[in-house]
Amino acid sequence: MPIHEKSLIRPENLVEHEHLVIDGVDVSGHWSTFIEGRSITDYNEAMQDEIAALPGGENIHRCWQCGSCTNACTVNAVNPEFNPRYWIYLIRLGMEQELLRDKDIIWQCVSCNKCTYACPRDVVPEGVMKATAHWLELKGHTPKSPSTHFDEGFAGSVIKTGKIEETRVLLGFFRRTGQPANQPWLARLVTGLVRRMPLGYLTRLGWGVVFRPRTRNWGAARRALNEYVHEVEAQNRAALGLDGQGRQ
Amino acid sequence: MDGNDLKKVAYYPGCALEGTGHAYNRSTKAVGKALGLDLVELKNWNCCGAMEVKNIDPKIQTYLSARNLSIAEDMGFDTVMAPCNGCYHNLKKAEYDLAHDAASVEVNARLSEKAGHQTYESGGVETIHALDWIKRAVGEDELAARVKNNLKGLKIANYYGCMYTRPRHIFPEKDKGPGSESTAKPHFMDDLLAAAGAENVDFPLKTACCGGAHSLSDSDTSTRLVLNILETAEACGAEVIATECPTCHTGLEMHQVRAEEVLGRKTNVKILYFTQLLGMALGLSQKKVGVQENLSDPRDLLRQKGLG
Repeated sequence: MPIHEKSLIRPENLVEHEHLVIDGVDVSGHWSTFIEGRSITDYNEAMQDEIAALPGGENIHRCWQCGSCTNACTVNAVNPEFNPRYWIYLIRLGMEQELLRDKDIIWQCVSCNKCTYACPRDVVPEGVMKATAHWLELKGHTPKSPSTHFDEGFAGSVIKTGKIEETRVLLGFFRRTGQPANQPWLARLVTGLVRRMPLGYLTRLGWGVVFRPRTRNWGAARRALNEYVHEVEAQNRAALGLDGQGRQ
Repeated sequence: MDGNDLKKVAYYPGCALEGTGHAYNRSTKAVGKALGLDLVELKNWNCCGAMEVKNIDPKIQTYLSARNLSIAEDMGFDTVMAPCNGCYHNLKKAEYDLAHDAASVEVNARLSEKAGHQTYESGGVETIHALDWIKRAVGEDELAARVKNNLKGLKIANYYGCMYTRPRHIFPEKDKGPGSESTAKPHFMDDLLAAAGAENVDFPLKTACCGGAHSLSDSDTSTRLVLNILETAEACGAEVIATECPTCHTGLEMHQVRAEEVLGRKTNVKILYFTQLLGMALGLSQKKVGVQENLSDPRDLLRQKGLG
């Protein structure tokens, strides 16, 4: 299936006069349609280097714009606005304002790696999407996405105990994102489980929530990982020219 | 490596198999037992980082997986079997990164030393999936000979998901011609279920994505992706979708319910782990392979087919 990429002509740049006469010629309506010119002067020349400095973005410079990533993309199939090729193009040219038009959907990459599989240049577009989403958050262009909240809660649990417990991660996610845990479809899921599950299974699930599973003697690993996370966060901020508080 | 070496392997179940994927854990062990294969669980393993930790920093995930591989090495194993696609993928990715990326090697060495255990070096342990394990340790012929309860008449769509085949470079043993697994059209699960008598339907979405990474953080996208998989399987004539990953399995079951609740689109296809299907073919009861834990409730269908 060919990619139906977005039109380069935006509705707000299309000008049409309902009543217009030029040199005695009536050009009212679509006879007067023209596209307003666009000039871009606010190139961000540091953008590609900044995104390349974040984990996953390293190979962005290799892209030659073949479009295999967008063609293979899972999310593009449900939302044609989701266009990795186009974003890589904008980042490489430094067209920050253009990129920001799509800032609220870039985090939606599902990491299926179809793009990475298809890419002939080893750009790892999946990594570039994650680095770009990360960049948008660090720069303050977007709040933390639901995905970032989930990743942080999940990673926090792994670093703390060496393992995760799913119910705890789920409830923690709802808490972090301010969602109610009693959504109708979830309620139906839980009642379905409770009705059919053998008692032993439910007891074990409940046991896991109360006494969280953990890796024994994890203390030294936890300290090493926490130290490393701080080091990486400082590196990422420094690469973007931000201070410790995330200010530029 | 010949099949005999795989009669006894290190087993890395991972966090999901201790929670929502319990039926996969239970049926994998039961199938192993029925086929005379030994699984020795890794001692004091940790989470592989799933699809989340890499977004904090990929090298943390490399370390987490390397620690598990070092445990397998300590226990004297050269093969570790992971039935979860996420765990399998991450162990493979760590193996690749430690063989090709000096920065990953350095961070892993530093973290391992601080954590007080041996540093894993690439080449020490081979990671295999539950599909490789049964295929290589037993094979289709021996499996077919052991089948007590043929899956004849059961129409199955085999669903492999993303992490089992992508990205290609971390699976150097795949795409190596006849006998090897294909990353474009995987067939190991098809082969095993066909040996057990099932009828595999021609299913084009074997490696489509269920949106598992955003199952909760972007539920609407996941529901649409899952619904597409479910409806396509039904259109292909499948009664059952066979899975080999707890995240895919839970995602399919959860969003099957959500698609009905939120979009009003009901599908009836049943979702079963391939090990549950193999287990019943080997004569194990429904209970033994944990079918009562499947949300899509395949019990009636299985009874109709004379299984379990």
